[in-house]
Amino acid sequence: MELLAHFSHVVAVFLMVAGLYVVMARGNLIKKLVGLSVFQTSVYLLYIAPGKLIGGTAPILAPQYGLYSNPLPHVLILTAIVVGVATLALGLALAVRIREAYGSIEEDEIIAADNAAEEARP
Amino acid sequence: MGRRRGGTIIETLIINALLVLMALAVLVLARTRNLFAVVVLSGVYSFLMATLLVALDAVDVAMTEAAVGAGVSTVLLLGALHLCKSEEARPAHRPWLPLALSGATGLLLIYGALDLPDFADPAAPIHRHVAPRYLQNEVDVPNVVTAVLASFRGYDTLGETTVVFTAGAGIVALLRRRRHKGGGDAQ
Repeated sequence: MELLAHFSHVVAVFLMVAGLYVVMARGNLIKKLVGLSVFQTSVYLLYIAPGKLIGGTAPILAPQYGLYSNPLPHVLILTAIVVGVATLALGLALAVRIREAYGSIEEDEIIAADNAAEEARP
Repeated sequence: MGRRRGGTIIETLIINALLVLMALAVLVLARTRNLFAVVVLSGVYSFLMATLLVALDAVDVAMTEAAVGAGVSTVLLLGALHLCKSEEARPAHRPWLPLALSGATGLLLIYGALDLPDFADPAAPIHRHVAPRYLQNEVDVPNVVTAVLASFRGYDTLGETTVVFTAGAGIVALLRRRRHKGGGDAQ
């Protein structure tokens, strides 16, 4: 019952941890970035879900409604979404640039290429 | 009264069903190796998130998530995929350490989350503290989110624009070097 009342929190934590796992465990840079954006999105859920009131409506004032969900998390997360996409775009640009320099976006191959260059240097 | 109670249960049910679908989408996403499938799944995930946000009464956020999160992000990812290989390499070894680390983090976070107020509890501090004042319509804009975003937190929105501009400038600086390739990588 305790877990059911916190189901949204549990799912938000699961999404966050899944994103974290993808960022840590996967070597592909694009996959890592998708994981990072899942991580970011889980934060939206963590913020928005507590602002919900069952039976409430969206916070657009009208005389026939009295119960509104909390508008403040919505404002914060609107900013976060745009910043999240800016981060993703910058990360993808870096990945494309790395692909040009190394011919690969796999972490292992990039590190191997770096090590090979290090050894080749006199 | 009975109808109202039924509505409450259905609302909770819809929210929980969407949450389960999102968790499933991310589970499949984490296991998939084909990057095109990963990008499409992340689009599916974003649209599920947008739907959930409508169910959670965050309509402005839902619109932004559908347009920016599901739309622009997917286009950006597909564009990057077009310039890179679309298959992920198999890892050399089983990622036990990241699995253990993220599992431990998750358990710790859930343990902490149990102390938070229950879902949709009207007595929670979030609904009692400053929110009622913002809902009094002080600036004569019926959409409270717009009122707060443009009026109370106008400087924050300016800061957000600065972040987007910086990111855009960074992308231009990174990708402009492609035109004179070779020259930039001389060292």
